[in-house]
Amino acid sequence: MNNNSFVSGMKAGISIAIGYFPVALTFGLLAKTTGLSILEATAMSIFVYAGAAQYMSLTLISKGVDPILIVLNTFVVNIRHFLMTAALNEKMQSEKRWIKGIYAFGITDESFSVLATQKEKKIATPFAFGVAIIAYSSWVVFTAVGHVIGANLPAFLQAAMSIALYAMFVGLLVPSMRGSRKVVMLALVAAIINGFFYWTGLLSTGWSILVATLASSIFIEIIYTKRGKNLPKGA
Amino acid sequence: MGMWYWWTILGMAVVTYIPRAFPLTFLEGKELPPVISGVLRNIPYAVLGALIFPAILYVQQDNLLFGLIGTVVAFSLAFLFSNVMVVVLGTIGVLAIYSLLF
Repeated sequence: MNNNSFVSGMKAGISIAIGYFPVALTFGLLAKTTGLSILEATAMSIFVYAGAAQYMSLTLISKGVDPILIVLNTFVVNIRHFLMTAALNEKMQSEKRWIKGIYAFGITDESFSVLATQKEKKIATPFAFGVAIIAYSSWVVFTAVGHVIGANLPAFLQAAMSIALYAMFVGLLVPSMRGSRKVVMLALVAAIINGFFYWTGLLSTGWSILVATLASSIFIEIIYTKRGKNLPKGA
Repeated sequence: MGMWYWWTILGMAVVTYIPRAFPLTFLEGKELPPVISGVLRNIPYAVLGALIFPAILYVQQDNLLFGLIGTVVAFSLAFLFSNVMVVVLGTIGVLAIYSLLF
């Protein structure tokens, strides 16, 4: 089977769908307790499709915060996607802009991670659609389900499933770490910087991830470029 | 919720879509300087590091041990099997058993 097909994209996206399941379910439930109708809650998942920003918006709505501030906050939380999609663009097959504009809607931390760590040098457009659609479907459907049933999973399962997305990130990172010290260093330095901002409380999560990622990527690139130049010519 | 809610959703949708779509469409077909594309190629691995740590420790805010066990299990499984699904389901399984027992 073509390893770059729509179906293989959907397969690669299944772990995202599993990880979104408990998060979306809880979002639907919280939206209900915040006073959103099922239509309003599901519409947010359909049109916005951004986990962290949606959760925050519920808190802000319940506090009666000015909608303009809610929108601004959403932008700030999602600014890091500028960096991710710029990076992803290097890996994507050349494609008409309007088509890229469609699957761009499906780029989240999770779908970005799955796409950007694929071993193929270039990713085909159908593969990106496959990943995006299965993840998006899970998010939208389980938002509605969470609102309808108005209850969570059994506590032990809810707790256990809260690890799913992080386990997926680990599962994507570790195989790339094998045989590449550069990958190990990139992840390690970014993790340390992010931890620093987290524990000192200097930056909010969205900014912290953005700054840690950028700083690590630039720092490690400088080190490796310098080393490369120090090698004798022809070596 | 009133009409303002729908305007809020529209605003949220627009400001979420722009960072996703702008680079992918604007940079299409553009050749970036090697220094920049070098940095951009590093981004996925740095992002993963930052997404994992320290958030993985706090998946259950009141129980650091829970996150710690999850971290160890996920990394162990990832080193043993290079299959994301095995890592995800295996870690969920171990933590489900752990939360049932304790």
